[in-house]
Amino acid sequence: MKLLEGKELYYKYRKDYVLEDVNFKLNSGDFFAITGPNGGGKSTLVKNILGILSPTKGSIDISFEVKNGIDIGYVPQNTNINLEFPITVLDVVMMGNGAKHKSINRVFSFKYSSLEIECAKHSLQKVGMDCFLNSKISNLSGGQRQRVMIARAICSHPKLLILDEPTSSIDVQGQKEIYSLLKKLNETITIVVVTHDLTVISKYANRVLYINRSGYMHDLSNKNFALKDNEHICEVELMQMLGANNG
Amino acid sequence: MADILQYTFIQNALLAALLVSIITGIIGSLISVNKMTFLAGGIAHSSYGGIGLAIYLGLPIFLGASIFAIFSAVLIALISFKQRERVDIFIGLIWAVGMAIGIIFVDLTSGYNVDLMSYLFGSILAVNRDDLIFMFTLMVIVLLFIHLFYREILAVSYDSEYANLRGVKAKGFFVAILVLSALAVVVAIKVVGLILVIALMTIPTYIAELSSNSLYGMMIKASVLSTIFTISGLAISYEFDITSGASIILVSATFLILFLLFKKISTITSRF
Repeated sequence: MKLLEGKELYYKYRKDYVLEDVNFKLNSGDFFAITGPNGGGKSTLVKNILGILSPTKGSIDISFEVKNGIDIGYVPQNTNINLEFPITVLDVVMMGNGAKHKSINRVFSFKYSSLEIECAKHSLQKVGMDCFLNSKISNLSGGQRQRVMIARAICSHPKLLILDEPTSSIDVQGQKEIYSLLKKLNETITIVVVTHDLTVISKYANRVLYINRSGYMHDLSNKNFALKDNEHICEVELMQMLGANNG
Repeated sequence: MADILQYTFIQNALLAALLVSIITGIIGSLISVNKMTFLAGGIAHSSYGGIGLAIYLGLPIFLGASIFAIFSAVLIALISFKQRERVDIFIGLIWAVGMAIGIIFVDLTSGYNVDLMSYLFGSILAVNRDDLIFMFTLMVIVLLFIHLFYREILAVSYDSEYANLRGVKAKGFFVAILVLSALAVVVAIKVVGLILVIALMTIPTYIAELSSNSLYGMMIKASVLSTIFTISGLAISYEFDITSGASIILVSATFLILFLLFKKISTITSRF
């Protein structure tokens, strides 16, 4: 079932096009990887899908209603987050839930209702972090923090989960754990991940979208493209394979 | 010492210390977690322009300082939306231009105004009933703002991009935080003066941040610490007949150094 489709998508920042004629289609249950060089437009595409940015030309059709990001879970790059912020794991996860339970407990909004806490616990259980509910987020490792961000993103039971370079600041072991977790979550949620890690693409993704700065785009969603398990590739090899598929 | 409590000016000073500490504890926490200390410094110093203008025109000083501080806060907010990367240049500009306007208007005012020094270094012992009403009103506004919008404020402060995605008007809350910061700076100027105001906004909040698990915990601790520092500083300044603003800041700084030392020693001893 088609979940999302981008048609002839253009996005212009000031005078330059960051996205040019991007086409892609995403089906329910996909593990969809978006890759390409820095400045290639990956994050811009994600922001267009999320509705943070609007395409200059073209369209993105979403097969479900999106309101306040509820049906799309999002894990941002988090480059601007203050790592020393005094905040608990529960507080962070509740940010993903807040819009759904906005009417609850508004009078004294420091406290969460038992329903809200249960919901947060449930999300944390899915990422194996439920025992850290009241921990301060700055006391967690990079991998643990990213798991909490994923719990926040899935707290509202979204149909689609988008992660923007989720393992960029995590050690190798942590990266493996995050992707294993995502593969498990993929059993019930469609996943889009922006990544530079081509090994990840080969192991986990069933579809790949390659975007580069000048807007060259390879949509492989209908080309039966999947890299074998345990196959390690470099970008040149990936491009050759993409070229072979397109040719 | 207890007999001094019968004096109205001391009672006013203690009440002002409590009200301003609650305001700066809460707003200072928001300034700290949003990394807006330099920005608050810019607003504080630019408000000198309002003080100078108010003296020149014969208007209430708080009114002039408040209008100028709010204007600076909104201007900085609008610039930061457009020029986020280089907003520091504009903050520095607003900081200096505000001070320059203040100096020029004071020059143009006939005669030397001795009260002006109290706005540079604070004059908590000169707080009057109107000042207390202003402080109390602002405290009620700040408490209401936090009470009604705590989750939104927390979301915007922690991850504004994500909050925006979830339908929270991040820019609106950013402007609201800045405007309240501007007003908090104006009332804090009465206690410690604009030269020292940033220390009052940051020292208690930094200690609270290091020892809190949540933003509201940080706000409560910062308010309590600020009250202790302000009243202790006031008592020392009375006892030794020294400037109250400087005394308050030195008490705060001494406590901060002791706290950091204690924290460091605790970390070292916990290894053994």
